[in-house]
Amino acid sequence: MQQMIYAVLTIVGGVLACVAYFWGTNFILDRIFPPKGPTAAAASRNLRTANAIRPWLFLAPALFALTIYLVYPVVESVWLSLHDRAGQNFVGVRNYQWMVNDGEFRQSIFNNFLWLLVVPALSTFFGLVIAALTDRIWWGNIAKTLIFMPMAISFVGAAVIWKFIYDYRAEGSEQIGLLNAIVVAFGGEPQAWITLPFWNNFFLMVILIWIQTGFAMVILSAALRGIPEETIEAAVIDGANGWQIFFKIMVPQIWGTIAVVWTTITILVLKVFDIVLAMTNGQWQSQVLANLMFDWMFRGGGDFGRGAAIAVVIMVLVIPIMIWNIRNATKEMGGR
Amino acid sequence: MSPSTRSPLTWAVHLSVLLLVLLWTLPTAGLLISSLRDKDQLAVSGWWTALSSSSRNAVARAPSAESQVERDGKFVISGSLLEGQGGQVSAFGFSSREPARFKPGETAELNDGDRLTVQADGSFEIVSDTRMEGSRGQRIFFTASTPPRFTIDNYVEVLSAAGIGQSFLNSLTVAVPSTIIPILIAAFAAYALAWMPFPGRAILLAVVVGLLVVPLQMSLIPLLKLYNGVGAFFGVSAKTYFGIWLAHTGFGLPLAIYLLRNYMAGLPREIMESARVDGASDFEIFVKIVLPLSFPALASFAIFQFLWTWNDLLVALVFLGAGDDELVLTGRLVNLLGSRGGNWEILTASAFITIVVPLIVFFALQRYLVRGLLAGSVKGG
Repeated sequence: MQQMIYAVLTIVGGVLACVAYFWGTNFILDRIFPPKGPTAAAASRNLRTANAIRPWLFLAPALFALTIYLVYPVVESVWLSLHDRAGQNFVGVRNYQWMVNDGEFRQSIFNNFLWLLVVPALSTFFGLVIAALTDRIWWGNIAKTLIFMPMAISFVGAAVIWKFIYDYRAEGSEQIGLLNAIVVAFGGEPQAWITLPFWNNFFLMVILIWIQTGFAMVILSAALRGIPEETIEAAVIDGANGWQIFFKIMVPQIWGTIAVVWTTITILVLKVFDIVLAMTNGQWQSQVLANLMFDWMFRGGGDFGRGAAIAVVIMVLVIPIMIWNIRNATKEMGGR
Repeated sequence: MSPSTRSPLTWAVHLSVLLLVLLWTLPTAGLLISSLRDKDQLAVSGWWTALSSSSRNAVARAPSAESQVERDGKFVISGSLLEGQGGQVSAFGFSSREPARFKPGETAELNDGDRLTVQADGSFEIVSDTRMEGSRGQRIFFTASTPPRFTIDNYVEVLSAAGIGQSFLNSLTVAVPSTIIPILIAAFAAYALAWMPFPGRAILLAVVVGLLVVPLQMSLIPLLKLYNGVGAFFGVSAKTYFGIWLAHTGFGLPLAIYLLRNYMAGLPREIMESARVDGASDFEIFVKIVLPLSFPALASFAIFQFLWTWNDLLVALVFLGAGDDELVLTGRLVNLLGSRGGNWEILTASAFITIVVPLIVFFALQRYLVRGLLAGSVKGG
């Protein structure tokens, strides 16, 4: 209970501090450079100076937090990746050399590429199909809500849900995991799914696809609705069938949105950590970069050099998408 | 398209959507149903059989010879195999080799000549002509079918014994301030980026968009070092709620600024210009006009940030201790997966408690969530 009081006090204190800062600095600024002056020229000069300073007062707290929590760490991580485990001695690229020769790292890179190939593709595909199908039926919105729902569930919660589905009991005893029950019902042998090397990657991917399809569906559904009616009507008049309308008229018009969904999920995949930690913790050859990085951060007291080097690899994989995003955003915001 | 050609296609659409919806909801439904089942039934049968009675093989031991009563010149030990649990005995026996040799109502002759009768309702009698001896009671094997039983015992147990109750409070303690603190900071910055001209604004915007996708992993090690240093300098623990609130604030800011800026930039220019003509300062315009008008965007961000901080595991593992008064729900659940991996009654109930708050938020405020998603993803093309 004490911590709740602490939390409430922090909320009140934090909000008051923000208000005090923004109001206070504005007040002081207006005092130092009053918009009234002895002469009109002085007044307008004051006004201009104040207007040049004010944006930075508004921005300062945010810039400060962004610098401490995101900009500085990026630089520092790159720097640390060139140092030894305690971050003291410069070791050059030795951490990267170690990485290239490390079997577990190679395994993680391989698995990460599998994830990158499968998860964004299937999530986007299912999202698109569901978006297109639910637009045609009266209970489409209910269906969408239910498919969107896993979005709210934590990765760990989802891991428990799916671990229950993959649960394995020895052959002969009754299976309580849905997947094994189905396999047995069709005369197959029950398997401990998440311990099967290589294939277990796909059983973990299913979880992320399950979560992310809702996201893809929501964005793509909005994009499909934004397609001008005339283009579809024209296609209908020209005698196009349902498939042709969907793939040749509708999909090409939302390529941009599909790319956005794809890249957003790609970035999420690179950061996926909770699912692997909760399901296998990298055992049975299911390791991925983010979990390996976390592992090295604390393994044997923590190896900051290797951990940072793995983080830098993740960052490098993200950079192309980052540049693409910045380009699109500036293009779009240029026109305001 | 005439109705006759459309009809089978429409049916196919209905069916395939129904199938997809089932596929997406069954996993969660299974979890919820399982968490409400009796833990003995949960361990031996799938949740999809929850409504049918389950049959189980069990063994019970009759009371020892001390409890025998004399009746009509015979000695009788009686009791019930099911002990008020309800259900039906479908077979019984007295040796492990033939545990289901007799049907209920039949009388089995035991090795020492005593006679055992078990009724379908589970009541049994051991009858002997002579006084029975021995301190250990007779073992009785039986097959019983139990009617479906639903209970909230699992929830009671995890909330008290497994520490989920305390972790629930911890998660709340992490999530609420982490949601509220960034909003004001981001709102002011977003207003400056949307409506105040200044040199370098375009670059700052580009930086914010870039920071949107910086992997959290890049921040962990430097910040852990920083926190350890600050903690050592002030002689306090490096892992505090205060530290994680600030960390979540920092990590949430790019999205907050981006969402709010885009929304604010879309507000009509005339409102602000007429206010400026009336002599309002930027500060007044922001507080009195822009902030109230931006409520939908503020709500969208708040929902995102709340879901993200509540569901987060990584930041909590790094910046918060593992003690009982700091472990959040997701962390507790991971621990339970390790220590109680086979106890599905514990896991399912705990998991449901961790996901119930986000689900409530989701169903209540879905509108804002969708709006935020549409505004928050960097548009392409």
